[in-house]
Amino acid sequence: METCNCVEPQWPAEELLMKYQYISDFFIALAYFSIPLELIYFVKKSAVFPYRWVLVQFGAFIVLCGATHLINLWTFTIHTRTVAIVMTIAKVLTAVVSCITALMLVHIIPDLLSVKTRELFLKNKAAELDREMGLIRTQEETGRHVRMLTHEIRSTLDRHTILKTTLVELGRTLALEECALWMPTRTGLELQLSYTLRPQNPVGYTVPIQLPVINQVFSSNRAVKISPNCPVARIRPFAGKYMPGEVVAVRVPLLHLSNFQINDWPELSTKRYALMVLMLPSDSARQWHAYELELVEVVADQVAVALSHAAILEESMRARDLLMERNVALDLARREAETAIRARNDFLAVMNHEMRTPMHAIIALSSLLQETGLTPEQRLMVETILKSSNLLATLINDVLDLSRLEDGSLQLDLGTFNLRAVFREVLNLIKPIASVKKLPVTLNLAPDLPEYAIGDEKRLMQTILNVVGNAVKFSKEGNISITAFVARPESLRDLRFPDFFPVPSDDHFYLRVQVKDEGLGINPQDIPKLFTKFAQNQSLATRNSGGSGLGLAICKRFVNLMEGHIWIESEGLGKGCTAIFVVKLAILECSNESKHPFMQKGPANHGQTTFSGLKVLVMDDNGVSRMVTKGLLVHLGCDVTTVSSSDECLRVVSLDHKVVFMDVCMPDGFEVAIRIHERFTKRHERPLIVALTGNANKVTKENCMKVGMDGVILKPVSVDKMRGVLSDLLEHRVLFEAM
Amino acid sequence: MDSVVQLQRQLVDYTASLFHEGFLDEQFNQLQQLQDESNPDFVVEVVSLFFEDSERLLNELAKALDQQSVDFKRIDAHVHQLKGSSSSIGAQRVQKVCIAFRNYCDEQNTEGCLKCLQQVKHEYSLVKTKLETLFKLERQVLAAGGSIPLPI
Repeated sequence: METCNCVEPQWPAEELLMKYQYISDFFIALAYFSIPLELIYFVKKSAVFPYRWVLVQFGAFIVLCGATHLINLWTFTIHTRTVAIVMTIAKVLTAVVSCITALMLVHIIPDLLSVKTRELFLKNKAAELDREMGLIRTQEETGRHVRMLTHEIRSTLDRHTILKTTLVELGRTLALEECALWMPTRTGLELQLSYTLRPQNPVGYTVPIQLPVINQVFSSNRAVKISPNCPVARIRPFAGKYMPGEVVAVRVPLLHLSNFQINDWPELSTKRYALMVLMLPSDSARQWHAYELELVEVVADQVAVALSHAAILEESMRARDLLMERNVALDLARREAETAIRARNDFLAVMNHEMRTPMHAIIALSSLLQETGLTPEQRLMVETILKSSNLLATLINDVLDLSRLEDGSLQLDLGTFNLRAVFREVLNLIKPIASVKKLPVTLNLAPDLPEYAIGDEKRLMQTILNVVGNAVKFSKEGNISITAFVARPESLRDLRFPDFFPVPSDDHFYLRVQVKDEGLGINPQDIPKLFTKFAQNQSLATRNSGGSGLGLAICKRFVNLMEGHIWIESEGLGKGCTAIFVVKLAILECSNESKHPFMQKGPANHGQTTFSGLKVLVMDDNGVSRMVTKGLLVHLGCDVTTVSSSDECLRVVSLDHKVVFMDVCMPDGFEVAIRIHERFTKRHERPLIVALTGNANKVTKENCMKVGMDGVILKPVSVDKMRGVLSDLLEHRVLFEAM
Repeated sequence: MDSVVQLQRQLVDYTASLFHEGFLDEQFNQLQQLQDESNPDFVVEVVSLFFEDSERLLNELAKALDQQSVDFKRIDAHVHQLKGSSSSIGAQRVQKVCIAFRNYCDEQNTEGCLKCLQQVKHEYSLVKTKLETLFKLERQVLAAGGSIPLPI
C-alpha cells in the first residue's frame, strides 16, 4: 500500500456542520476581499489620507485573512498535501501580517485619536475667530461711522448744523434711543437742554450745573456711565416696560475765543463744558461696550474742535463785516468831504466871479457917472457909492485871498520893487484919513534900508497899510509912528516866539516894521485872538470902526508866507499899542539900476535907443492895434512886417525876423508859437516870440510860458516901455513882465 | 502971427480939455510921440482906421443883438476888438464902456448888452466929434503956417 499524500482532517466530517462552515468561510473570504477594495476605492476618492502604508498593511492583512478562509474551503474535504501546505503558508503569512498590523496599530490609534482632538480644537478656534471677526467688523463699521460723522461735522461751520449732525449720526451709528446735548447758560450756573434727537422732547428745560453727577462727568474726559434716573437723563416720561437703557454722558469742551493766546494753549481750568447724554434703547439687553464709549469720546472731542472753529469763523466774519461797514462809511465821508471842498471851491470861484461882475459894473458905471455933469449933492452921493463899492471890492478880494491862503494855493508874486516908495505910498494913502482925525503920522526909514528889494510888493503894501490903518482906526489922539529898518539876525531870535527861526543868509535880509500908536490899546489877554479871523474884539468895536476882522488874519498869513512873523504888544487899555512885523526879502543883486529890466516906476532907462534895421514881425487881428504897434516899432527904427492872421504869420515868418510880436487873444496865438518852435529848432537862430496881451493874469502868463514864448508884455505899450522891452529882449533873450 | 499963436493956444487948451474930461488918455500921447518927419500923418491915419473899424463893429453889434437868439460869443469877440482898438488909441471912455459891456456878455444879459451898446455908441460919437474937431484945429494951425506943439 502506498501511503497517499492526502491529509485527512482530524475529525470526521459531519455533513451539515461542514456545509455551514463552508458557506461562512466563503462569505468571510468574500467580505475580506471586498473590504480592501472598498478601502482602496474610497481612499482613491479622498485626496488626503496620510496613512497609506497602514492601509496597505491592513489591506494585506485582510486579504491574507480572506485567503486563509478561502483556502480553508478546500480543507473540509480530503485535500491534497499541496493544499495543506498552501493553507499553512497562508496562515503563517496571515499570522505574520496580523501581528505586524497589531503592532502597527499600537502606534496608529493614538495618532488617530489625537487627530480627532485636534479637529475639535480647530473647530473651536475657528468659531472663536469667527466671533472676533464679527466684532472687528462691527468696530470697523463704527469707525467708519465716526469718520463720516467727523467729516460731516467738520464740513460745516455752522454751529447748529454741527450739533444736529452729531446727534443724528451718533444716534444712527450706535442705535441710540435718545441723544441729548445740554449747553451751559450765559450765567454759567445751569445747563440748558439745547438739542435732542427726537423732537418731541421739551427743549429749554434747565438743570443746575452743580449736580454731583454732572461734576463727575465734567471732571473726566472719558465717557461716564450715569444712572438713567438722574435729571439729565430723565428727559421724557419713561415708556419702556422693564428697564431703561443704559445711559452714558460725556463732556464737550467749549473753547472760548479769548482762551487762545498767540503762544499759549488754553488753560483747562477756565473751560466751559457742555454735556452730551446718550441713551441706549430701553428694554434691550444692550450694554455699552468699550469701543462704543471710545467712539463717543472721540466724537465729543471732534465736536468741541468743530464748534471752536465755527466760533472763530463767526467772530472773524463779524469783524470783517464791521470793517466793511466802516470802510463804506469812511469812503462815504471822504467823498462827502471832497464834494464839500469842491462845492466850496466852486462856490468861491463862482461867488468871486459873481460878486466881482456886478462890482465892476457898479464901479465902472459909478466912475463914468462921476464924469458926467452932476450937482454937488449928486457928486457926493456918487463918490460915496464909489468908495463903498471899492471897499466891497477889497473885501471880496480879501475873502478870496483868505480862502486861497487857507488852501495854501496862494503864492507870492515876487518882483523887484522900490521899498522906500512903498512906505511913501502908504503914508500918502493914510495921511488924508489921519489928518481928518488930527493924528500926526511920522515915517522913519533907517538909512541902511535898501532902496530896492525883491518880494511881493502888493501884499507887503497891503500888510503895512492894514497895520497902519488899524493904528489910525483905533486911535482917537496921539502920534502914530512908522519905523522900518533892517533887523540884525541876532536880534531876531526872540525866545517869546519859539516857532520863528530866522536864518541869516547873504542874499536875504529881514525887514522889521514897527507901528506905534497912542490910542485905545488892547488888553494883553485879547492879543492872541486878534489874528484869528472874524473874531473882533468886542471892547474895541465902535460903531465907526468898520472892518470885518479879516485884516490881521490875512496879514498874518501874508507875513508867514514871507517867512516872517507878526505880533502886537500893548500894555493895556488906553495905553496904546505897537504892531511889529518882520518879513524876509531878497536883496537886489545888481546895484546898477539903470539897466534893470523890471523897472516900471523910477528913472526911465535908456538902453539901446535905436534898433535900426531890426526885422520884426507883428501879428494882430485888430487893425488899430496892429497899426499902433507898427508905429511904435517904426518909431524905434525897426523894419516892421505886419500880418493879421496866423496863417499869414506862418507863411511870412523867417530867420530874418529877430522878434515876433503876437497878440495872444487871437484864437491861434499859442498855436503859432508852437509851430514856430517846431520850424526853427536851434534856439539862437529862431526869432524871439513875445506875446502882447491885455490880460493881466497868471493863467495867460503860464500859457505863454508853456508854449515856449520868450516874453509877455501888457498892452497898452508906451514908447519907453517898448524901447526897454526890445533892449532887454535882445540882451537877455528873455523877458517876463511881472504881472 | 497972432492968429497962429492964438490957434496954437486954442489947440493946446482943447487937447488939454479932452484929457481932463477923460476922453483921451496917455496912449494918445504915445501916438502923438510916434509922429515924426518920416510919419507925419501917423495919428490921423490911426484914428481914421479906428473910426472905420469902430463903425463896422458897432453895426455888427447892433445886428447881433437884434437877433432872436443872441450869440454872446460873437458879441464878446466884437467888443473885445473894440476894446482893443479904443485902448490902442487912448479912447479911454469908450474902453471903459467896453469893459462893462464884456461883463454883461459874460452874464449873457441881453438887456445890459443893449444898454452898453447905446453907451458905446454915445461915447464913440462923442470921441469922434472931439477928435475931428481936434484935427480941424491942427489943420488950421498948419494952414496958418504954425507947427503943432508937441505934447508936454
